[in-house]
Amino acid sequence: MTFQSIVFYLLAGILLASSLSVITAKNPVHAALSLVLAFFTASGLWVLLQAEFLAISLVLIYVGAVMVLFLFVVMMLDINFEKLREGFWKNLPFAAIVALLMAAELGLLLTSRQAGLSSINALPVVAENYSNTKELGKLLYTDYVYPFEIAAMILMVALVAAVALTMRKRKESKYVDPAVQVKVRRNDRIRVVSMAAEQRRASDDSASS
Amino acid sequence: MILTNMNLGPVLPELFLLVAGLAILMLDLVLEENQRGLLHWFSVATLAGCAALTLQPSAEPVFLFNNMFVGDALSGVLKFAACAVTAVSLCYSRSYIAARGMFRVEFYALALFAVLGMLVMISANHFMVLYLGLELMSLSIYAMVALQRDSTKSTEAALKYFVLGALASGMLLFGMSMLYGATGSLNIGVVAQKIASGGANPVLNSIGVVFVVAGLAFKLGAVPFHMWVPDVYEGSPTAVTLFIGSAPKLAAFAFVIRMLAVGLAGLSADWQQMLIILAVLSMGLGNLTAIAQTNIKRMLAYSAISHMGFMLLGIIGANANGFASSMFYIIAYVIMTAGTFGIIMLLAGEQGEADDFDTFRGLNQRSPWKAFVMLLLMASMAGIPGTVGFLAKLSVIQAVVDIGQIWLAVVSVLFSLIGAFYYLRVIKLMYFDEPVANIALPGASESRALLSLNGIAILALGILPQSLMNVCVEAIRHSLHLA
Repeated sequence: MTFQSIVFYLLAGILLASSLSVITAKNPVHAALSLVLAFFTASGLWVLLQAEFLAISLVLIYVGAVMVLFLFVVMMLDINFEKLREGFWKNLPFAAIVALLMAAELGLLLTSRQAGLSSINALPVVAENYSNTKELGKLLYTDYVYPFEIAAMILMVALVAAVALTMRKRKESKYVDPAVQVKVRRNDRIRVVSMAAEQRRASDDSASS
Repeated sequence: MILTNMNLGPVLPELFLLVAGLAILMLDLVLEENQRGLLHWFSVATLAGCAALTLQPSAEPVFLFNNMFVGDALSGVLKFAACAVTAVSLCYSRSYIAARGMFRVEFYALALFAVLGMLVMISANHFMVLYLGLELMSLSIYAMVALQRDSTKSTEAALKYFVLGALASGMLLFGMSMLYGATGSLNIGVVAQKIASGGANPVLNSIGVVFVVAGLAFKLGAVPFHMWVPDVYEGSPTAVTLFIGSAPKLAAFAFVIRMLAVGLAGLSADWQQMLIILAVLSMGLGNLTAIAQTNIKRMLAYSAISHMGFMLLGIIGANANGFASSMFYIIAYVIMTAGTFGIIMLLAGEQGEADDFDTFRGLNQRSPWKAFVMLLLMASMAGIPGTVGFLAKLSVIQAVVDIGQIWLAVVSVLFSLIGAFYYLRVIKLMYFDEPVANIALPGASESRALLSLNGIAILALGILPQSLMNVCVEAIRHSLHLA
């Protein structure tokens, strides 16, 4: 067993265990943190495949940005997670049988001699000055420019959909119009009332002294 | 990359739609409240312009963007149909969405972006482009279903659609990754060559085909992957149901053709068996369950499932005639669905939904012309001679007989007989029952005119189908290089 395969099995084991704990953890915060661990180990696998750019972007985007937001949401929402998980143990036996059968079938198929996975060679050794990031960038903006633009459009749709579903026509949304805010004048906020000066009453004097 | 081919002509419809869609999104910022109606007309004009741009003479397929995009006769016809039917459905929907507070720029922008996704799928020559086009279309549609966010029904429908759609995408991607492992490429042409030359790993190929077909069946709504269809059809606002039921079916057909008929042509023995099972189950369960429905939108959802089964009949043969008859079927089906949901929206009036059978009781006394159009639509869905639905069914069954699967033809005829029951029931309600309430039937003049045209198209194509049939046959022949 080479060093690489030891690292691979170690990372794969952690990945599976942490993914399992994402769906079994009682506390949603623990589940979210397990997902962070799962992403982190997956990025380790990518480093093993010499795809360091993908590994770094996985950590930066998923661990750094997405999961932190996710944790915020989980902590802020008042959801009874126990109630959501009610059917979990009841459905588990059946689901487990189906999942195990599928995994066993796929495993048998893929490890059979006909599948020929054993003949797939190890990764080619690349030149010293080979830059994974540079190659990806080149491909992305030349050969793959069409799918890249479509992906940009998908993000655009996500933006429009998020605005359409959350912003408009909600009575409870705390929406302020900056243009109106900026245009506010002193007279809109305070009212200067002119009053006649009042005479000090005699009873006040006696009370204070 | 050497830019050998910078002729962007075939991509013009997509580019135009993209720019115009974004422009309409921006336009909303400067429009006054009473000018909002312009959004509708700009969107319809965009789709009309886009449809006009697809009418380019392209005898031979043109490949662009590093062979990821293909412009051929097939894509021209399907893109034209998708743009045209979406324009018509937007016209049908206008007064419906205006009455329900959905007349917002987001509705139009999302609809246009969904059409963009369809066009991308129709012209895809690469697994990744197929997938991205599918996601662009699906994400826009999920959001459209949820647009009426105060309605728990549509929120539930959107969530179901989203979760099951994600599952289907996962299956599709897993299948594609297996095919990539087997052939070493994601380009449809290269994959086809690899499989034909025997250079692909057979075990990985078979696993890939199984998952790809399952994912496609999910997207088409074929049994046993149909669970989401009735709930989504019923839960969505009818304008969105109309949208889901029409143009995306054309894109799904293109997906099936590009994926199975072109990319995996060499594995047709594998996918034929699966498609036979899917087709028989869809026709059977769709037609039988539709009888028991009391909600007309749910009934039409099951009817859609059975129609997808019929459409798959033509694909099973894996020959040019079969593909052409499926294409004829899907175009005819889209014309029928657009009209049917158009009528349902017209009957819905200012609020609520016209999804109850009571709305149709005695329609003939209230509005003979609408009842007659609905009669044509239902007759066509049932497959009664003289309408386009009959010829569509006839051509796919003919394709099945041609490949010697007589039993399959017999089964499909039997199921279409069973299906005729629930379509005829609607006709009976309209002509032989007394109206429950004498509600006035308003509706914008343009949608009434379009509905009449829609009914006439059903009859005209039913009597003179040759022009459309020729278009389908020519498109398949030129694009797939099949005899």
